[in-house]
Amino acid sequence: MSPIPLIYNVRSVRARWRGNLVAVLGIAGVVAVFVAMLSMARGFQLTLVDSGSPSNAIVMRGGATTEMESVVTREQIQVIAGAPGVAHDEEGHPLVSGEVFVVAAFHHRASDSDALAPVRGVSEQALKVHRGVRIVSGRFLRPGLAELVAGKSASTMYSGFGLGDTPSFGGRTWRVVGIMDSGGSAFDSEVWADQPVLSQTYKRPEDLFSSVTVRLTSPAALGDFKRALASDPRLTVQADRETDYYAKQSRAVSTMIRVLGFLVASVMGIGAVFGAFNTMYSSVAARAREIATLRALGFGGASVVLSWMVEALFIALIGGLLGCIVVLPVNGLTTSTLNWQSFSQIAFAFRVTPDLLGKGLLFALVMGFVGGLLPALRAARMPVASALREL
Amino acid sequence: MVRLDDNGDALIRVRDLDKTYRRGGQDVHVLRGLNLSVDEGEFVAFMGPSGSGKTTLLNLLGGLDLPTAGSITVAGDEITHLSGPKLAHWRARHVGFIFQMYNLLPVLTAFQNVELPLLLTRLSKAQRRRHVETALGLVGLKDRTDYYPRQLSGGQEQRVAIARAIVADPTFLLCDEPTGDLDRRSADEVLALLSGLASRYGKTVLMVTHDPRAAERAEVVLHLEKGALVEGTTSGPEGNGPTSKPAET
Repeated sequence: MSPIPLIYNVRSVRARWRGNLVAVLGIAGVVAVFVAMLSMARGFQLTLVDSGSPSNAIVMRGGATTEMESVVTREQIQVIAGAPGVAHDEEGHPLVSGEVFVVAAFHHRASDSDALAPVRGVSEQALKVHRGVRIVSGRFLRPGLAELVAGKSASTMYSGFGLGDTPSFGGRTWRVVGIMDSGGSAFDSEVWADQPVLSQTYKRPEDLFSSVTVRLTSPAALGDFKRALASDPRLTVQADRETDYYAKQSRAVSTMIRVLGFLVASVMGIGAVFGAFNTMYSSVAARAREIATLRALGFGGASVVLSWMVEALFIALIGGLLGCIVVLPVNGLTTSTLNWQSFSQIAFAFRVTPDLLGKGLLFALVMGFVGGLLPALRAARMPVASALREL
Repeated sequence: MVRLDDNGDALIRVRDLDKTYRRGGQDVHVLRGLNLSVDEGEFVAFMGPSGSGKTTLLNLLGGLDLPTAGSITVAGDEITHLSGPKLAHWRARHVGFIFQMYNLLPVLTAFQNVELPLLLTRLSKAQRRRHVETALGLVGLKDRTDYYPRQLSGGQEQRVAIARAIVADPTFLLCDEPTGDLDRRSADEVLALLSGLASRYGKTVLMVTHDPRAAERAEVVLHLEKGALVEGTTSGPEGNGPTSKPAET
């Protein structure tokens, strides 16, 4: 089979650009929505995964899937702190952070209504364990005081959580003494308080924690650490690598966004396919004499099908590239959603990554292929003799 | 010599050719038991009123359509039973088409249009370039290689089409009203080219035309009426009388 020269398709697309615009814009719109939805799911996923460190382990009650349903006692924390693989600070204290996790209703600026926000009760060790978190303004909490450190997303997402503000929740008034930045992870959406003060406020026993985050000597130390915990009869806990825990946390919402994205894109995609279909059919009808001439010169039906498919794919590629360009500005755009696992709001940024752009282009080509196939077959089956004399 | 019967040595042999179309539930017999033999290097014109079957005959000879009955043999190859892809391959090797509306691809330059048939050969790019330049030189348009059809006059477009038809050195040329859309001067140029191809280069040329002045350029003029060849004349340089007889049945 001898292919019809590519330049013929490229120039024909250019010559008929008005007619092709419908298909190009249709495909561009679908690709933009498709990539935007995927980048939302990716952003959510990465936000949670970035919250974890491979050198950290999170310990919860056996069988618990989230901190909300987990309880760990102070005695258990002391046992855990003595397990092999636990890192220590310069003064020899184990890097173990017992934490209490609650949700509280704060005024959400964007929706102008109350939203559930994650509030974490932490000790002074917290910053040594959560290495990715740093205070960017103000200072860290002082033990025993009703003070708060707000994540940078939380401080803008909710009213009254700027530095120096005095929000009220849990029946008391707090003072925001610091703003923390965890580089876009889930901690940016949290508000941290002193653990004993938070437990008192929510009338929880001070010796009960939701989870324990442990800094390990190295990522490889997790195996020994887990085995030690599993073999100790005083413990009924489970340990997970922190990154794995947050990846699991992200799965439900990111899958939901992704499925929704595929659904929306599929419905829109059907419309775009019809657009491409219509464009290519018009093109075949308008260029019947050209097709017949090529056939008369000796180009076979397969060459014609290939040529028309190349043209449909070329149009789809232009649409796909346009869609990718349109969606690029959403990269980094921050939004928030409810994390079903913790029943609290989490802020995250759209992440338009090269692989998602690649998927968008692939989707565009699929639309071009589906939309171009029937017109291409029609072009190849066109009766040559009569088409040669068409004006 | 053109004969309206079967000559075993002819380049093109047509035997008992029938073509029937079905229109509105009725059979329309376009060609009826047509016999014809054309020798190599002849310039034959087909004339006749509209609906007489001229273009149908040309389409069948060019392998663009299949007969209802009968056979066409070109250079020893019987083409009436070839499948679609084989017929396309045969066309590429044996037939050079020249159409009334030139049928150049508007988005390609003169060079690229003429090069098209060569893309179906095994020639290298450099060889193709040489062939295209030769063909365009032959029709006097070597200086128009980069022009698009819209930048050429009608006569020039048809000359590019002739260059495209001859570039792959086909066995014969089929011309469907090649001067039908041209002014007299351009038509004369085109006809001079076609007769030159036959007389100087020994190319076999079959032409359908309504124009008696165009037909005068042909060696042999055959008339079609109601799907049958009814008479023939040889014009030639000396304007000789008829050389062929009505089809024998």
